[in-house]
Amino acid sequence: MAMKVLVPVKRVVDFNVKVRVKTDGSGVETTGLKMSMNPFDEIAVEEAIRLKEKGLATEIVAVSLGIAACSETLRTALAMGADRGILVETEVELQPLAVAKLLKAVAEREAPRLVILGKQAIDDDMNATGQMLAALLGWPQGTFASRLLIDGDGAVVTREVDGGLETVSLALPAVVTTDLRLNEPRYASLPNIMKARRKPIETLTPAALGVDPTPRLTLVSVAEPPHRQAGRKVGSVAELVEKLRTEAKVI
Amino acid sequence: MAVLVLLEHAEGVIKQPSRSAVAAAGRLGEVHGLVAGAAVGPAAAAASKLPTIAKVLTAEDASLAHPLAEPLAALLASLAPGYTHLFAAATAAGKNVMPRAAALIDVQPISDISGIVDAATFIRPIYAGNALATVRSADATKVITVRAASFDPVPAEGGSAPIEPVAVPAPDQSSRFVSAELSKSERPELTAARVVISGGRGMQSGENFKLLEPIADRLGAAIGASRAAVDAGFVSNDHQVGQTGKVVAPDLYVAVGISGAIQHLAGMKDSKVIVAINKDGEAPIFQVADYGLVADLFTALPELARELEKSP
Repeated sequence: MAMKVLVPVKRVVDFNVKVRVKTDGSGVETTGLKMSMNPFDEIAVEEAIRLKEKGLATEIVAVSLGIAACSETLRTALAMGADRGILVETEVELQPLAVAKLLKAVAEREAPRLVILGKQAIDDDMNATGQMLAALLGWPQGTFASRLLIDGDGAVVTREVDGGLETVSLALPAVVTTDLRLNEPRYASLPNIMKARRKPIETLTPAALGVDPTPRLTLVSVAEPPHRQAGRKVGSVAELVEKLRTEAKVI
Repeated sequence: MAVLVLLEHAEGVIKQPSRSAVAAAGRLGEVHGLVAGAAVGPAAAAASKLPTIAKVLTAEDASLAHPLAEPLAALLASLAPGYTHLFAAATAAGKNVMPRAAALIDVQPISDISGIVDAATFIRPIYAGNALATVRSADATKVITVRAASFDPVPAEGGSAPIEPVAVPAPDQSSRFVSAELSKSERPELTAARVVISGGRGMQSGENFKLLEPIADRLGAAIGASRAAVDAGFVSNDHQVGQTGKVVAPDLYVAVGISGAIQHLAGMKDSKVIVAINKDGEAPIFQVADYGLVADLFTALPELARELEKSP
């Protein structure tokens, strides 16, 4: 059966960049920072491409939501191997519930058999969108996946859980969210980056999808976490144990 | 109206992160605990003994034998109208089910809270803990997961709450539990241990993690790992401490052969005392360590084991 895969990708501050809290506490300074695709979403794109390479997926549609610059994130997905992109363009700050509603609307237009996305975005660390999308679509979910097998009308997902691994079987269509060890994403080659420029990106709006993206959470303030002072170096193992016993009193 | 806390349990015991969620919920009002499973008797009895809990709800059904998100979220959504807040610990199971439950009742969840300002306002880490956001919810019901390391758990004993069964929604057949491969260990759980000793890429192999064992035995410690050590296959994923692994805040955290990437620091920097052992004196881990030892871990670890054997 033809299997279309939808891969939502988020534009975030690059994982190597350490962000700073704005001095007025109104948020995090992101101006001028390097932006990249959320690393967990890269894993999702990679997994979709591998499904296509195995002949299991027929088409990969990448979707990104937010400002116009999110089209750069879509180009990255296209350069990796996605077939086409959808940008849902808005200036409104999107929270996971709104993202899930917008993705639901896109999924209803595209009718994928599988939606695969990162388990969390490394900016808000919310870890919610995939679960919420699955709920809104009434589909099963396989979160924190470290292995994905597509088998006829079902998916078998091995999940990273607190005590180890858990395997669940899901009826398709389903939503899968990726954990770190699902795969190692590829780098886009230069020819593929060139080719990606010619792949189509469709632009939609929340209004066209019939979704009200108004945030439910108000950001009251953002603060620096308590700063930890570097302690001191000890000269030997014996000194370390002595300090832990008599000074820190933790052993 | 009260706060409903989803209680995770295993073998008739309420897990410690859930007891932390109960402690957090107790700041907002009356707390009811929800115990779901195929046979919940012993767990319900354990839940009724938790101080702070005014009532235990039990949901007993074959569809709840494993903590699958689909039936559990439907159950939570069916109970939501009676509550101001739905709480769970920010464990793998809590993170799996709570956003799904929230979407079913059209609520934006608030994940991994580390502080409570008032009934609608919560503090949570963002950007791998490099910033703390205070957010206010406009939703009628607040759906929350709680960072267990930020709230001292309520004791396991002391209460005697009544137990009341609730109706379980018709099961959804779209997902099915297949199997679990859970690590077996005599050591305390990472998120509950008073002492944690973690190894990183510097350990060089899974075999070398054995060097941590006599020290962990002596200190009653849990063994953790950095992402690099898990990715390299030295130890299994359930050992991972960090932004996307487990968040711990023990009395003592010993980081061995761990450079200190921000993603790792996000999972341990609230520990009371941090010790770093690394041969690279410039490693960023030393910037957060109370006590740093620049040494080759392959000589330092056996020496540390011997030193701990000596009585103080």
